[in-house]
Amino acid sequence: MNRYLRQQQLPGFGEAGQQKLAKAKVLVVGLGGLGIPVVQYLNAMGVGTLGLVEKDTVALHNLQRQVLYTERDVGKSKLAVALEQLKAQNSETHHVGYEAFLNTGNALEIISEYDVVVDATDNFPTRYLINDACVILNKPFVYGALQGFEGQVSVFNHKGGPTYRCLFPNIPKGTEIPNCNENGVLGVVPGIIGTLQALEVVKVITGIGEPLSGKVLVFDSQNHRYFKMAIQPKPEYQTIQKLLESYGATDCVQVPSIKADAFLKVIAQEVHPAIIDVRSRPEYQMDHLSQALNIPLDDLALPKSLQEQKTSIYILCQSGKRSEVAVAKLQESHPNLTFYSVLGGMNALNLEETRKA
Amino acid sequence: MTVLLFGVTKDIIGSSSLSIPSKSVTGKNAPSTVKELRDFLSNLYPDLGNLSSLAIAVNNAYAEDEQPLNTYDEIALIPPVSGG
Repeated sequence: MNRYLRQQQLPGFGEAGQQKLAKAKVLVVGLGGLGIPVVQYLNAMGVGTLGLVEKDTVALHNLQRQVLYTERDVGKSKLAVALEQLKAQNSETHHVGYEAFLNTGNALEIISEYDVVVDATDNFPTRYLINDACVILNKPFVYGALQGFEGQVSVFNHKGGPTYRCLFPNIPKGTEIPNCNENGVLGVVPGIIGTLQALEVVKVITGIGEPLSGKVLVFDSQNHRYFKMAIQPKPEYQTIQKLLESYGATDCVQVPSIKADAFLKVIAQEVHPAIIDVRSRPEYQMDHLSQALNIPLDDLALPKSLQEQKTSIYILCQSGKRSEVAVAKLQESHPNLTFYSVLGGMNALNLEETRKA
Repeated sequence: MTVLLFGVTKDIIGSSSLSIPSKSVTGKNAPSTVKELRDFLSNLYPDLGNLSSLAIAVNNAYAEDEQPLNTYDEIALIPPVSGG
């Protein structure tokens, strides 16, 4: 019995498509929410060689979206657990594990061994590293990325098509885009985006259909918006000669924070809660808490009245990003005071209020 | 002029789309190029102006700063996202 019968029966795929998969070497960077569905499907479908790059261990809070791992695996190496599962799923695949994070020292050597690369990472520095290494080595790569309820998918550097830098030329600075799992991901969304990445890998390898090259798909799961944007290649980003010295730190900065519901209780209890709203003046004027003092992030300085504050000072913005930055800055300039960033900002407070009403 | 919002732009502005009133409503000229739209939005929402990379789609295609805008164009802000 041929295990690939069902896909070989497909007109346009056939035995020829299966042969191409069997000969293909695919590297998957990251075995998290995106990487797991990618490796499970590519492994099941008969990709000949699967390379896996991951150095993390399984954490309990991974399990809501990284569905290959079980409760028994918490604390174990993701790579080891995944390799064991994938070997049991398909003994014909040649699996190659790299117990490492991709970095400027190993990227070119590892990627050079493969035909297609899958960017299933969770941080910008590694995404830009993968892009640059694939451009240098002339390898196509399938990009997927998430935020909250949304995801993006594209095929970059494929047959002269645009690269990641043609879409987003510059690496975002540390704090401007939510960069950590702590910002939240709905468990099923990486499953959808990762599965789309696996599909694109199969299309690139076998030549069926039209790979998502020259366009990026943006998917919003909340209302099923599927937005596609065409992208043109830019020659200046197709001729990268060498990697950058450094792609910056991949770590997330954590500051003390308070959830919206807990914060609402605090302001209901305290007579004069110290709240600083760090949004711009127009944003503040549109809608703000009556107790909140407006000091836009760009002019952030603690007023005299708060410099000897005995109780906590709460920092608020629209979504909880700027308040994080503000808390980090204020902690540095006023190490003796206590600051909290209000998680989710005004968006979360408004949601809480609506829920109560 | 309607602007669809994705990723962090949705968080910064606090909704999933944004309507920019035409001149007949406000008496002020609506942005007539992608660059003017960027400046207009950055003034209103400084966090948008601070993004290192922000792609703007006009009628489902990546638009350069000099591209002219018409009131009936469909515009979308596509920022990078990093989670995985």
